[in-house]
Amino acid sequence: MSEAFNPRIVGFFCNWCTYLAADLAGTSRMKYAPNVRVVRTMCSGRVDPQLVVWAFRNGADGVLIGGCHPGDCHYQEGNYKTLRRMGLLRTMLAQLGIEPDRLRLEWISASEGERLRDVMNEFSAQIRQLGPLETKSSVISSQSSVAQAAP
Amino acid sequence: MIRLAETAGKLPGVVVSREYKYACSDPGQDMIVQDVRKYGLNRVVVASCSPHLHELTFRKTVATAGQNPYLFHMVNIREHVSWVTEDPEAATAKAEALVKAAVLRAAFLRELEPRRFPVNPNVLVVGGGIAGIHTALTLANANKQVYLVEREPTIGGHMAQFDKTFPTLDCAACILTPKMTAVKQHPNIHLMTYCEVGEVSGFVGSFKVKVKKYPRYIDEDKCTGCGECIEACIFKEGKTPSEFDVGLSKRKPVYLSFPQAVPPIPVIDPEACIEFKSHKCPKSCVEACGDRAAIDFTQTTREVELEVGAVVVATGFKPFDARRLPQYGYGKHPNVYTSLEVERLVNASGPTLGQVVMRDGRKPESIGVLHCIGSRDENTNRYCSRVCCMYSLKLAHLLKEKTGAHIYNFYIDMRTPGKGFEEFYKRLLEEGISCIRGKVAEVSTWPQSPAEEGKLVLRVEDTLLGAVRRIPVDMVVLSVGLEPQADSGQTGRLFNLGCSSDGWFLERHPKLAPVDTFTDGVFLAGCCQGPKDIPDTVAQGGVAAAQSLALIDKGCVEIEPVTAFIDQEICSGCQICIAMCPYTAIQFDSEKSVAALNEALCKGCGTCVAACPSGAAQQNLFLDEQLFAEVQGVLV
Repeated sequence: MSEAFNPRIVGFFCNWCTYLAADLAGTSRMKYAPNVRVVRTMCSGRVDPQLVVWAFRNGADGVLIGGCHPGDCHYQEGNYKTLRRMGLLRTMLAQLGIEPDRLRLEWISASEGERLRDVMNEFSAQIRQLGPLETKSSVISSQSSVAQAAP
Repeated sequence: MIRLAETAGKLPGVVVSREYKYACSDPGQDMIVQDVRKYGLNRVVVASCSPHLHELTFRKTVATAGQNPYLFHMVNIREHVSWVTEDPEAATAKAEALVKAAVLRAAFLRELEPRRFPVNPNVLVVGGGIAGIHTALTLANANKQVYLVEREPTIGGHMAQFDKTFPTLDCAACILTPKMTAVKQHPNIHLMTYCEVGEVSGFVGSFKVKVKKYPRYIDEDKCTGCGECIEACIFKEGKTPSEFDVGLSKRKPVYLSFPQAVPPIPVIDPEACIEFKSHKCPKSCVEACGDRAAIDFTQTTREVELEVGAVVVATGFKPFDARRLPQYGYGKHPNVYTSLEVERLVNASGPTLGQVVMRDGRKPESIGVLHCIGSRDENTNRYCSRVCCMYSLKLAHLLKEKTGAHIYNFYIDMRTPGKGFEEFYKRLLEEGISCIRGKVAEVSTWPQSPAEEGKLVLRVEDTLLGAVRRIPVDMVVLSVGLEPQADSGQTGRLFNLGCSSDGWFLERHPKLAPVDTFTDGVFLAGCCQGPKDIPDTVAQGGVAAAQSLALIDKGCVEIEPVTAFIDQEICSGCQICIAMCPYTAIQFDSEKSVAALNEALCKGCGTCVAACPSGAAQQNLFLDEQLFAEVQGVLV
């Protein structure tokens, strides 16, 4: 078991729905896999595809984006924009040698603590099944200009 | 926690790292202030609970220490880590990653100023039930202008339909109608009945609301409320089921919901009125109205625009539809009633003037009151509707008083937590009401013995007796639970409210912010937040009014500066961001060939930032470099 693969997953959760669902799962003391580390954004629409690629480049085995259900976006339609970006992003990931299944978009509302727990567990298990991400470093080593600005 | 503080202490840039049990407490905050001053700290990271709970608290702490409050970042290691992780080792590792991410991110934080906006002192109250009425009156008494919007032709809500109220048995109308009249007479309340909120824009302090005013076909300014048009209507008898009497009586095409309706202005129902159907009605109503000329068949839906600083949503509930549980025979057996129907039946001003006469004309000699219809039921609603036990006991009392019938109450658990509630239950037991612990399985009309002939037979497991019983009764009362309004999802979207899994509007915090919502400036009152009785509803309405007052009287609101901005030096003028913005906050500056963002309109979703191909669009508190650093940090 000490050899077991422990996936590292970055979660981008919107402030109003999925982040609150995670808060609710917490206050309800639901237990779930500890693999997803959450980065909060105000809206899932803020999740720049570059952030996703950046996560994979920095060693993430999976990326989970959580937003409000269609029609329930706090900012009217940010989640639709996110949804539309996924198609191209998935195609691009495949071209970079990253299984598109390593990226998942979920709509989880603030009241769906149980669903959040299930998604956390399911996705962690799915990534565990896929195994560690092995990318050809040459493919995605070119850093984005913004990231380079970081020291 | 000690290990976490130790590892955090070794992160780049960290000068001091401490473990403290209650960082949000006074001594905890004090410790932060002292450290900031002592070490000249210019970034603060707190790893504790959700930022939704205490981010503001710590921003203030940082400001108290003399630093810019936005040089602070919060890590959620309670809700997101310790409370949800079984393995302590894995939990600590996760917390370490999140703290590292925050420290890396903090390096890129910038000084910001909160945005300040003036607050419009007017308030919109949506819903004219007892919750909305009490809220509106409280605000109006504090000299605020209130718009009270109600979609029915009259205010009063469900309370107006009730007969008596538990446990005091004071008459609902006697305590409600004076408040309704006070609403009508109050110079600060702008009552808008037969109206519905159609569109909401803006934000805390300055909402713009479009209200649809449905045609009443009677001019509210001209009508005196004499009711002669109703008398004169060519329909001698009503033919349309009365909404107010839940179908137990009939009303005419021109009608007043009930005699004490506020405003006392009738409505014409175009579905029932002959004039609308054939245009051949002699229009005796118009004749009766005479010189007042209030009747206007040409009215159409109008739109009224309001500007308010705060909104109180008090849209109430709908009773559970008993037809969804066919085993109880509602709609099939005429002598099966819902509790709301019985409220009208026992009411002295109801369709039978308070006489309890069943649909078949008989007076009941035995009555079964079935609790928890559509509550505490895996097949319908899992929650307890909170009021049914008490109103069932109240109805049992009233039915016994009026008919002398023998009354059985079938309950799962008798829930009487409230002032004087348990005493009321005791009193009912002494009055000789039979309380049987067990949920009725079905209501049938198949007699198995002569005693069951012509009766409604209740089959129930008496769980105290440990036996299945068959109890024949004349009348069945289904104590239906409370459900969210059918269109509560739509209302939620209008005001950006979340819903709990049962569909009730979600409060900001169940204990510490029970009437606040996740939309600043929008408050909740009454049953739209969850089932509650009249005292709790009134209390909540008062709190919603107080919260609105606190907002208004402060005069201005501070909004987190999460807005986007565009670096015009970098912008290539591709205009992709313009199409992204749902608030039309970005315009194209054709002179400079770049995008220009109007900060006042931006709500800070960051969608434009994610779409900008050149990195010219950025979002305060969520800059690219901050998020990139955070992602790197969580992946240690």
